[in-house]
Amino acid sequence: MTEAIRFEKDSDNIVTLTIDVPGQSANTMNKTFTEAYQAVVARVESEIDSISGVIIASAKKTFFAGGDLNDIIKVQPEQAVEFFAAVEGLKAPMRTLETLGKPVVAAINGAALGGGFELCLASHHRIALNDKKVKLGLPEVTLGLLPGGGGVVRMTRLLGLEKAFGYLLEGKQVNPQAALKAGLIDDTAETAEELIAKAKAFILANPKAVQPFDVKGFKIPGGNAQAPKVAQMLAILPSILRKKTKGVYPAPEKIIATAAEGTLVDFDTACRIESRYFTELATGQVSKNMIGTLWFQLNEIKGGSSRPKDIPKYTTKKVGVLGAGMMGAGIAYSSAIAGIEVVLKDVTQEAADKGKEYSANLLKKKVSKKRMTQEKMDGILALITPTAQAKDLDGCDLIIEAVFESRELKAKVTQEAEAHMSAEGVFASNTSTLPITGLAEASKNAEKFIGLHFFSPVDKMPLVEIITGEKTNDETLARAFDYVLQTNKTPIVVNDSRGFYTSRTFATFINEGITMLSEGVHPNVIESAALQAGMPVGPLAIQDEVNMNLSRKVTNQSRLDIEAEGGSLPVGAAEILTNQMLDEYKRPGKLDGAGFYEYPKGGKKFVWPELVKLFTKDDVQLPFDDVKERLLFRMSLETLRCYEENVLTSVADANIGSIFGLGFAPWTGGCIQYVNSFGVQNYLDRANELTEKYGERFTAPKILITQAAKGEDFV
Amino acid sequence: MSQDAFIFDAIRTPRGKGKKDGSLYEVKPVSLLTGLMKELQKRNNLDTSKVEDVVIGCVTPIGDQGCDIGKTAVMLADWDESVSAVQINRFCASGLEAVNTCAMKVASGWEDLVVAGGVESMSRVPMGSDGGAWALDPASNFHTGFVPQGVGADLIATLEGFSREDVDAFAAESQRKAAAAQSEGRFDKSRIPVTDQNGVVILDHDEFIRGTTTAEGLAGLNPSFQMPGQMGFDDSAKLKYPQVEEINHIHTPGNSSGIVDGAALVLIGSKKAGEEQGLKPRGRIVSVALTSTEPTIMLTGPAPAARKALEKAGLTADDIDVFEVNEAFASVVMKFQKEMNVPWEKINVNGGSIAMGHPLGATGAMIIGICLDELERQEKRYGLCTLCVGGGMGIATIIERV
Repeated sequence: MTEAIRFEKDSDNIVTLTIDVPGQSANTMNKTFTEAYQAVVARVESEIDSISGVIIASAKKTFFAGGDLNDIIKVQPEQAVEFFAAVEGLKAPMRTLETLGKPVVAAINGAALGGGFELCLASHHRIALNDKKVKLGLPEVTLGLLPGGGGVVRMTRLLGLEKAFGYLLEGKQVNPQAALKAGLIDDTAETAEELIAKAKAFILANPKAVQPFDVKGFKIPGGNAQAPKVAQMLAILPSILRKKTKGVYPAPEKIIATAAEGTLVDFDTACRIESRYFTELATGQVSKNMIGTLWFQLNEIKGGSSRPKDIPKYTTKKVGVLGAGMMGAGIAYSSAIAGIEVVLKDVTQEAADKGKEYSANLLKKKVSKKRMTQEKMDGILALITPTAQAKDLDGCDLIIEAVFESRELKAKVTQEAEAHMSAEGVFASNTSTLPITGLAEASKNAEKFIGLHFFSPVDKMPLVEIITGEKTNDETLARAFDYVLQTNKTPIVVNDSRGFYTSRTFATFINEGITMLSEGVHPNVIESAALQAGMPVGPLAIQDEVNMNLSRKVTNQSRLDIEAEGGSLPVGAAEILTNQMLDEYKRPGKLDGAGFYEYPKGGKKFVWPELVKLFTKDDVQLPFDDVKERLLFRMSLETLRCYEENVLTSVADANIGSIFGLGFAPWTGGCIQYVNSFGVQNYLDRANELTEKYGERFTAPKILITQAAKGEDFV
Repeated sequence: MSQDAFIFDAIRTPRGKGKKDGSLYEVKPVSLLTGLMKELQKRNNLDTSKVEDVVIGCVTPIGDQGCDIGKTAVMLADWDESVSAVQINRFCASGLEAVNTCAMKVASGWEDLVVAGGVESMSRVPMGSDGGAWALDPASNFHTGFVPQGVGADLIATLEGFSREDVDAFAAESQRKAAAAQSEGRFDKSRIPVTDQNGVVILDHDEFIRGTTTAEGLAGLNPSFQMPGQMGFDDSAKLKYPQVEEINHIHTPGNSSGIVDGAALVLIGSKKAGEEQGLKPRGRIVSVALTSTEPTIMLTGPAPAARKALEKAGLTADDIDVFEVNEAFASVVMKFQKEMNVPWEKINVNGGSIAMGHPLGATGAMIIGICLDELERQEKRYGLCTLCVGGGMGIATIIERV
C-alpha cells in the first residue's frame, strides 16, 4: 500500500512490515515514514482478526537509523505545540501495535539506534542478527536529545531506573550478545533466514501477547522513584551528574527527570511526559548546537568537504615516524592499529624501542580488559619496526617527523629522511607552532611537504590539524587527508600561519586565564569558571601541563619571528606573571611538581596556596559570567580572526577543530556556532562590552561586524 | 487595632533520644502534645473555650504525625470543642514560626488568646521520610542545586576557616553548659515530665546530654558528610562557590544537633485576655522576622534574620541580653557569632541542640521558653531566638521580659 513500509501476509496470517524509506540509504523517522507507519498500523488494527502476528523488518542494510535530524534541528520553540503533537502522533501507533493483543516481533537485521531501537522496544519480542556490525542503543543524549519515542519510558520499565540510566545517560551502544545479556533483546539469529524463521516461530507459539508493563500488578524493577532505595539514589544523582556536566548539558538532566517522573504514573501518562521533555530539548539551543556540529558538520568533514575533489583516494601503506618520543610513539600506535606498516626511527635503537613499547603497553591493557585478542595485538606490534637507521625508511609513502620544535633539527631530519622516501611520498611535519612554509624550505620538494598536527595523547585525541604550506599541492593534501581518515581520526584543513588554528587559539584561553589571575581574580574562580563554561580543564591547570618554560620558549620564538618581519609583540600581563612564576618562584609546571598547582606525591593536586596570597585581590569581584565569557570569547574571537585571515576556510573545520582539538565546550557546538547561538549581533555587543571593560583583546574582527550587519549566522 | 502579644507560659517535654532505644520512642507524638496541653490547662487554670487557635509546628507531618496533629491533640486533650488547630511546617523553624504566627494573630487584634507549639518524634517519623520534590524530584533537584544541610554546614566552616578542633570545642562547651544547667535545675520550672496514662513517669530529664564530653573525645568521630559530599554533593555546592577548591568536612554526630523526640507549647495572648483569664504576662514578643538566603549553603539565615528583627524593634545587637541560636551545626552558631560580633557569654547560656537535641518541629518553641526562663533567672530584659532553616531561610524573634 505504501512504498515506505511493505505489508505482506503469509499463509500463517503473519504480517511482515518491511521498512524501506525511499530516497535514503537508511530508514529514518521522517515525514514519509511517519505517515506510512500510521497508515500501516491503522490497517493492521482494522484487519487484526485475520492477523496472527506482526514482524517488523527492514529492507536496508541497517534496521533503522532513528529520528530525522534534518527536521529536529529546524524546530523552534514557537513550534512546540506542533512538534509535541507530531511526537505524540508517532508514538500513538507504536502504542496501538503493542496493545492489539497479537504478538509483534522486531527482526533486527542491522543497526537499530535511537528511534529505530524504540520501534523495537515497542515489540513483544526482539531478535537481532548476531553480527558485530549490528549495534543497538539509544545515543540521543550525545546530540543533546532524549529518546522521545517511548524509549525512556520503555527502558525504565524494562530494566528499572538505575540500569536504564546506564544506556540513556551515556548513549551506550551494544552488540547483540551484550544486548541479549542485558535483557534488551530476547534472542539472536545467525542468518537473515533464521531471523525471520525465529520471528515466525515465536508468533505461532505465542498467539496472544501483552507487554509486561501492561500486565496488571506490574512493578518496575527496583521500584519506582519513591521506593526508598531509588529515592535515595535520585537525591544524589543530579549532583553526581553535575560533577561531570557542570550543568551545561540539559539532555541528561531531562532524561533523569523523564525516567523518574514516568515511574510515578501510568504508561500513557509517562509517554506524554516524555514527549514534553523531548520537545523542550528538541526546541532548545544546545541540541541544535550539538546536532549541527557533531552530526552534520562532522559528517561533512568525514565525507571530504575539505579535501580536494577529483583526486583518487589514496591508501598509505608504509609510514615513517621520526622521533619516538611521546608524540612519535603515539602516531606510530595510531597508524599501526589502523593496519599501516610503521618505521619508528629515533637517534638510538634504544629510544626507538622505547617508543614501540608505548604501543605495546596500550595494547596490553586492551588485551587484559579482553577488548583485544593476543593474536591481534601481536599482529599490530609486528607492523612497527623501531630503528636508528635512516635506510629502514626506504619505501615509505609518508614520513612524519615528530622531533623537537627546532627549525634546525627539523631541517636536518627532513633532508636525511627524504633521501629514503618513495618518489611519490609525502613528508609531513608534526609541528604545533612553526609555520609550514618555512619548514618546507628544507625539503627537496615543498609541494609534497605538509603539516600534520597531532594532539597529545595521540591515541585518545580525535583530531589532526592538516596545515598546507604555500607550495603544498592538492595531491599532497588529499593523501594527508586520506591518511588521517585511515587512522580513524578527524582531519581539519587550515592554511599556514603562526600557531595555525588550534595552538594559536588555545594560547588565548591560557593567556586570558593568567591575565585574570594577574588582575586579582581568585585562581579557583578562574578554574571553576572554565569548567562551568564547559571546558574540560581550567587554564591554569592546562598551563601546568604544558609547562611554562615551553610556553616561554614559544613566545620568545614568536617574538623573534614577528620582529624579523618588522612587527612587534608587546609583553602582556600574562607574560609578566608567567616570567614571575618561572624566575622568582621557580614553578614551571606539573613536570617539576610545582606550578600554579602543588603536586603532592600520591595525592591530589591543589592550587598553590601562595598563589592566592600573591595575586588574589579581595576587592576584585568580577561577575561570574564575565569570567566564563572572557575565556570563551577569547577563543571564539581568535577563531573568527583565523576565519577572516583564511587560516580557517570553513565553519565546520572551526567548530570541529575547536571541540576535538581544544576541548572547546561541546554544548556550544564549537567556536563559531557559539557565536551563532549567542546571536551574532548579541555576540558583537558583548565583545564590545568586554573590550571596554577588559581591553583590546576583545575587539571585534571585521568579519563579525559585517556578519552582524547582515543579520546572518556564520555558515 | 494593634496590641501587644504577651507570653503567659512556655512549657516543654524533656528531649528523649530519637532512636528505638530512646525513652520517648514508646510515646506517640500526639501524646507528647496532649500531655503538655493538659498541663498548660491545669497550671494556668485555663478556660480552653477562650483559646481561639492552636498552631503546631511539625516538620514531618506524615504517619503518626499526619492529618493535622494539632487538632488531633486538642481533641485528645479534651479541650473545648470550639478550639481550632492547625499544623504548619517551616522546616526547623516550625516551632518558632508557630510562636510568631500566634504573636501576629494577637498583635493584629483579630485573636486574643492562642497557643503556639511544636512536636517531633524523630524516632517514630524519621527526618526526610515525607519525601518532597526539592530533593527527590530530579527536575526540582537540578533546578535548585539541592545539597544536604550538612554539606552546607561544612561549606560554612570552609569559607569561614573554622577547623575541626574549633567545632569540636564548641560542641564540648555546649555539652558542658547543658549538663550544668540541668544539674542546677534551670529547666525544672518549664520542663514537664512525660508520663503514661497512669501517671507513671516515662522521662523527666533531657536524656541526650553527655556532660563528660571533651573535644578530644569528639575528635575521634567520623565526618558525617564526607562520603555523600565526595559522591557528588560537594561538586554541586562548588558550582555556586567557585572559590572553594575542596570542602572541609568537619561536622560529625558529635558537633551537630542530636536526633531527639519532644514537644513544646507557648501560651500567647493580649493584655485583655490575660486579665480575663487571670494570667500574668511573663514576656512580650517585640518583633519577628523571616528571611531567606542562598539555598545551597542553606544555613546562613540566622544573622540576616536577627538583623531584620533588631531593625524592626529599633534595637541593636548590644541591647540583647540572651541569644538562643539553634545549634543545628556548630558552624552555624559560630558564623552567627562572628557575623554579629556578639559576646560568647550571651549565646546559648544553657547549651543547645548539640547537647540536648533538635526535635525539628518543636525546637523553635522550646528555645522561646528557655530564653524567657534565662531572662528571668538573670533578671535581664531582651532575648533573641533564631534558627537556620531549610531552603536558606532564617527566622528570628525578639522577646522582652515583663
